[in-house]
Amino acid sequence: MEIVYQMLLAAISSGTPLLFAALGGILIERSGIIQLGAEGLMLMGAVTACLTFIHTGSLTVTLLAVCGISIVLGMIHAFLSVSLRANQIVCGLAMTLFGAGLSAYLGKPVSGLPVPRAVPKLDMPWLEAVPFIGRIFAHLDYLTWFSFVLVIALHMFIHKTSWGLHLRAMGDNPATADVMGIPVHALRYGYIIAGSILIGIAGADLLLVYSPTWTEGMTTGRGWIAVALIIFARWNPVRALICAYFFGALDMLGFRIQLIGSEIPSYFLKMIPYIVTILVLMFLGWRNRNKPSGSPEALGVPYIREQRF
Amino acid sequence: MKHRKKAVAASAAFLLALVFVISGCSSSKTNHVSNNSTKTPAETAAGNAAAETTAKLPRVAFVYIGPPGDGGWTFEHDKGRLFMEEKLGIKADTVENVPESADAERIITELAQNHDIIFTTSFGYMDYTLNVAKKFPDVKFLHTAGYKTNDNMGTFFGKNYDASYLSGIAAGKMTKKNVIGYVGAFPIPEVIYNINAFMLGVQSVNPEAKVSVVWTNTWYDPTTERQAAVSLLDKGADVLLAYQDSPATLQAAAERGAMAGGNDSDMTRFAPEAYLTNPIWNWGPYYTKTVQSVIDGTWKSEQYSGSLADGMVDIAPLGPNVPEEVRTLVNDTKTKLINGEISVFTGPIKDAAGAVKVEAGKTLTLEEILVMDWFVSGVDGTIPK
Repeated sequence: MEIVYQMLLAAISSGTPLLFAALGGILIERSGIIQLGAEGLMLMGAVTACLTFIHTGSLTVTLLAVCGISIVLGMIHAFLSVSLRANQIVCGLAMTLFGAGLSAYLGKPVSGLPVPRAVPKLDMPWLEAVPFIGRIFAHLDYLTWFSFVLVIALHMFIHKTSWGLHLRAMGDNPATADVMGIPVHALRYGYIIAGSILIGIAGADLLLVYSPTWTEGMTTGRGWIAVALIIFARWNPVRALICAYFFGALDMLGFRIQLIGSEIPSYFLKMIPYIVTILVLMFLGWRNRNKPSGSPEALGVPYIREQRF
Repeated sequence: MKHRKKAVAASAAFLLALVFVISGCSSSKTNHVSNNSTKTPAETAAGNAAAETTAKLPRVAFVYIGPPGDGGWTFEHDKGRLFMEEKLGIKADTVENVPESADAERIITELAQNHDIIFTTSFGYMDYTLNVAKKFPDVKFLHTAGYKTNDNMGTFFGKNYDASYLSGIAAGKMTKKNVIGYVGAFPIPEVIYNINAFMLGVQSVNPEAKVSVVWTNTWYDPTTERQAAVSLLDKGADVLLAYQDSPATLQAAAERGAMAGGNDSDMTRFAPEAYLTNPIWNWGPYYTKTVQSVIDGTWKSEQYSGSLADGMVDIAPLGPNVPEEVRTLVNDTKTKLINGEISVFTGPIKDAAGAVKVEAGKTLTLEEILVMDWFVSGVDGTIPK
């Protein structure tokens, strides 16, 4: 029982950055734009969080700064992919490389410095009385709680509101949405920026909560795993939560298997999350071979008004 | 018309991407070699004329595995560099975050073209340093912790297992649950003999305690180090030690109310209340001495091994929450180690499977210690074959 409890807690702490990034990606991709820049945006979010928190010591200022940087990066991404209609795969890769390089440069002065505990925990000792579940939720930090709220809010937004309907329509068939009077370009700008903010917060969460030291390239592929998560979750926020914790647990599994005394070389244990990503993608591809993938139908196709397809 | 527009847009995006890539690449490495001690044209002209009369100061470079801000391994090397610079009035160049891959050989080659002494400060640079050393016979190379040498390449390291033994005494005294965790970087002799020395230290004061080991397969990656530490804490460890370059283990332990130490440097400032102690390095005097001997022309390739006695190896001051009794015990044992009254690897020592590895009364030689590939009994972990 103790081990299940520890694994769940570890899965949540390791999965929360993935969850934020996946939610941001879902918002962007639902509007019909491919989001491959998560790795770079997360790194920029993390380095911004590190620099501002070390210099100001204020969590509010830090989160505002992360939002600010993410808005700027989101605008660049939106300008390239919506206004210039550039190839969205190239745009995404450019954002990743740009974020990785710039964050490494900006992070030089704080590289390796420990960041003090920034995000307070929401202690609710009375919750511990609830059997099993209570202990997990009694001492989580505010950002984790925010991610829970966000999952529900985004789910309601996408599936239960007329704004969400517009979002889905825009992602499936922007021409029809346009005819309905939905301002496709303006809204795509909006969703790319909103999604980028969430991905920036994913980086901030990674740095402020999960591993409070800035290191060059500290996301180590988490942005890419978030991209894969969106596909596993079939662009659904609630499924994204389950998938994120699943991967969070895998991330922590390697050391636990080592501690059981297994003879599997630790190099292989380190590969677990990445191998599972490939296996799950293969399995889903096989299982859903006759079904639509759930992806927005116009994903990756730049929308040009009055263009015939 | 539309196609043309599309093409323009696509090429604009591509150009932008290219700019990003270039800015990304250039930001990571180039700016380090900027404060090169190479001379201005005027100085060179003057230098050529005066070369015979004044001794020319050697141009020194350091290759680092992590950033000097890591608070551990590279931090100490950088402190040593500053010490040497101050003593000798030399401005050395540094390149940080150099991976232990073919990249290292490229960077060392670049440095060799305009430097006289190059310190490569990580075990994994060994073969790359040797390859470059063979190509540049006039440049002196000094490699940390390795075992390969050349006429112009020496090695330097220290008997840090003595300090690990002392940390073990502190850990053995401080553990209440008798479960101690050890975050190891790589399953190589350097880490293995330190874990063994630590275990022997623990057992000398607390025969009941066990040490669990996990491998991270990285010298410097705070995220992974923290994950490893958390998995040990979840297993029930109440004292942790890490043979890693960052204080991530100490920070993770502090959050859970456990005690911990890191490696390489005094880490008290990262979590004073949770700090135990750990082995530390003091490279400054060695760097100064080595560069001085090159200036004097007396330098010879050697395998230098520092110790508690000469101060290259030491143990960090024990944390404020360690009781006085433990401090005294650690200090007394340190004196005995320096005097040679006791030594760490003196038998009887059994390995984890129970086979006698060192018979009673025998002591392992330095050569035997440097190739150690087995755990002493009481260590719970696996060494990949």
